[in-house]
Amino acid sequence: MAPKNQPVGGQAPVVQRLRLRYAKRGPLRFTSHRDFARAFERALRRAGVPIAFSQGFTPHPKISYASAAPTGVGSEAEYLEIGLQAEVDPEMLRRALDAALSPGLDVLEAVIAREGGGSLADRIDASHWRLELPQVDPAEAEAAVKAFQEAGEVLVERMTKQGRRTFDARQAVTRIAVTQQSDLPSEADGAPCAIIDLVVRQVTPAVRPDDVLSGLRAVAGLEPPVPPRVTRLAQGMLTAQGEIVDPLDADREPALPG
Amino acid sequence: MSVSSVFPQLEQLLPRVSKPIQYVGGELGAVVKDWDATTVRWALMYPDAYEVGLPNQGVQILYEVLNEQPDVLAERTYAVWPDLEALMKEHGVPQFTVDAHRPVKAFDVLGLSFATELGYTNMLSALDLAGIPLDSADRGDDDPIVLAGGHASFNPEPIADFIDAAVLGDGEEAVLEITGIIREWKDEGRPGGRDELLLRLARTESIYVPRFYDVDYLPDGRIQRVVPNRPDVPFRVAKRTTMDLDAWPYPKKPLVPLAETVHERYAVEIFRGCTRGCRFCQAGMITRPVRERSITTVGQMVKEGLEFSGFSEVGLLSLSSADHSEIGDMCSGLAEQYADTNVSLSLPSTRVDAFNIDLAQELSRNGRRTGLTFAPEGGSERIRKVINKMVTKEDLIRTVVTAYSNGWRQVKLYFMCGLPTETDEDVLEIAQMAHEVIRAGREAAGTKDIRCTVSIGGFVPKPHTPFQWAPMERPEVIDARLKMLKQEINSDRSLGRAIGYRYHDGEPSLIEGLLSRGDRRVGAVIRRVWEKGGRFDGWSEHFSYARWIESAAEVLPEYGVDLDWFTTREREQLEVLPWDHLDSGLDKDWLWQDWQDSLTEYEQDDCRWTPCFDCGVCPSMDTEIQIGPTGKKLLPLTPVTNTLRVPV
Repeated sequence: MAPKNQPVGGQAPVVQRLRLRYAKRGPLRFTSHRDFARAFERALRRAGVPIAFSQGFTPHPKISYASAAPTGVGSEAEYLEIGLQAEVDPEMLRRALDAALSPGLDVLEAVIAREGGGSLADRIDASHWRLELPQVDPAEAEAAVKAFQEAGEVLVERMTKQGRRTFDARQAVTRIAVTQQSDLPSEADGAPCAIIDLVVRQVTPAVRPDDVLSGLRAVAGLEPPVPPRVTRLAQGMLTAQGEIVDPLDADREPALPG
Repeated sequence: MSVSSVFPQLEQLLPRVSKPIQYVGGELGAVVKDWDATTVRWALMYPDAYEVGLPNQGVQILYEVLNEQPDVLAERTYAVWPDLEALMKEHGVPQFTVDAHRPVKAFDVLGLSFATELGYTNMLSALDLAGIPLDSADRGDDDPIVLAGGHASFNPEPIADFIDAAVLGDGEEAVLEITGIIREWKDEGRPGGRDELLLRLARTESIYVPRFYDVDYLPDGRIQRVVPNRPDVPFRVAKRTTMDLDAWPYPKKPLVPLAETVHERYAVEIFRGCTRGCRFCQAGMITRPVRERSITTVGQMVKEGLEFSGFSEVGLLSLSSADHSEIGDMCSGLAEQYADTNVSLSLPSTRVDAFNIDLAQELSRNGRRTGLTFAPEGGSERIRKVINKMVTKEDLIRTVVTAYSNGWRQVKLYFMCGLPTETDEDVLEIAQMAHEVIRAGREAAGTKDIRCTVSIGGFVPKPHTPFQWAPMERPEVIDARLKMLKQEINSDRSLGRAIGYRYHDGEPSLIEGLLSRGDRRVGAVIRRVWEKGGRFDGWSEHFSYARWIESAAEVLPEYGVDLDWFTTREREQLEVLPWDHLDSGLDKDWLWQDWQDSLTEYEQDDCRWTPCFDCGVCPSMDTEIQIGPTGKKLLPLTPVTNTLRVPV
């Protein structure tokens, strides 16, 4: 229903852009991206953030998200950018927003976006994942990973918006290895638990951790008895050495003297 | 005995179900307490999906009232969808609360809020998953007291076998009194076990314990009498009324979900009760008298509720919000306060007059315009007299035209089908009304670009209303009328194109009718339907009319009655109704007179503005109308500003 008259005056302009890294932890890893987006908008209001709005009759807050982790997958490295109509101290904003969100949706870092430094999306082309497979013998996982690596192509199937698609899950994987120790404490206790360290490049269609798990089933019949627990540890630019560069690094670089 | 979380087991199932976030909890406003540090523990259930149940005001209010008590713990549980139910059964995960994921069976009370009777099958699923015997008679001292509340509890007879007790009316004070009784009984070492506790509850004379009452039937199937089967419980159980709403300004800390829910707003009840006297409206009859919350309390609640929740929408709720004695000042005050923000204010449940347009204009000052809905309820002047909805066709056209000429492009009109004495002509008049609305609207707005939506619900006669004696119309008749109406609306193609048409078919209404006015024998139908897989009966994709018909045909003949007997049969004045021993304050003779008045199309005025018409509530419940004006204004206390709220 669009009434005739447009609102008088415009929205205040953006005077500052901030980039945030946040985590989806524990039970709240089941938050979908849409759920998070709604919760984040409410958190902006609760925290009193001077968010800027788009013009028009139904103004939207200026928020843009970098690629979000799938529902059910934990993450230590989700990113978004917000446009503000008043300047704030990034650390104050981080604390205010973190307090306004439910525990488990944690705002970890906030930096001021450097002008002309490119968008967040331009600085992300790969993700680092950790896959915990409770009740899976690490040796069995090791064998499956080896078979996966040796295959030139591993075809997997997934339902996408376009319907059922078959695609290669192997090419996009730049690193896959069974590790002994996880970086974060696992909640699986006692029973054996295989942990897979995984780096995947962003391709189309996206290869997600569950596609790699489908691939491990396809090449080696690896069938975890309980659902694996997946966490995104990092995302960013993949270097020639196989390292991932934090997308906020470029904003953190000190300004040139002068 | 401490109780541990079932989350580790549940967590394994969540990746395999749809919308897992609804089972996780973690909402703002949620409270998790140390189990062992509390004495009385409530599990509060809204027996529908989380997305419907979470916003429920009743549950949120009681949750907060209970958790404010230091030695009381309240958690929430909702109906789980069939995908998770199957996995929980397979893996032995019991019905859990979303707050701390504790098993429901471990609590002292399982309190269910029934806004509609269509949640009954979901209650059975929850009991079954919880490991609590379905029948009250089979429960032991370790099982929670299963307690029903909400509007449906004004006739809990169809679920009398499954519940241990029911509370009629307002819950704020009732839950604290019940808590006190349980606390004392536990402190004394649980003397007399479960039976003694139920007896103590029954002795309050305002908690109904079905097992202490026997129902005798006449040979023809009607009820002969309902009487206590022991000397120390009352013959009639009275409803509760919370008189001073300003003393109970809840919810203060509304629950803010992560999952998407049907309402995402801060809702504040601006008054309770309604004496408009619409004869179909159970809510208006059973919540009397009118009790207003003052303009200043409402203003304070909105301010604090928004700050706490971060919601951007406020709903000013009641049964007829424009009737608040200070609604004008309230709306302009709030509009002033939030003029430069993106907060939108809405006033649902409005009546049909131009005053409403003024209010809506006021509320949309900051450019945020919510839709306008009017409820004439009946298509013809005659049927509106039958239902006591005092709106003339001229009123309606004038109101809607005012809306169009003030910039609204769409209005929604709400009607009912299947009302007592209704004929095809009464329903067809809805089409004429809609045509006239569009014609006059186009002229007033000077554009063809306007629309109206006609939305039609099926009438269900409810207990404690003048229509409690009325026969229901058969679903085939309803469906035929709705089809005829659609054709009539589209008979003029130009006008018809501007009219949206939404309706519900008659079958679910008939089942709701069975459950609304049923007696204890209907419990067998509910059980049979549930055994055959009936769940989520309020959802068209889950509701199966065939399953209800089949189950009713299987179990009711044993009692010499059938589905028609409960639904399409007209009751006589002297028939004992299943809920006659439950006292809503309404005088049965007055209800009967009002039913007779409806048949002669005699209208009844509102007692807020005309003398008392002796419905019986105020004297029998020792209550009175509480309305303003207080004469106070809503002053902006602190300007709404964007200042970072950083925790210290």
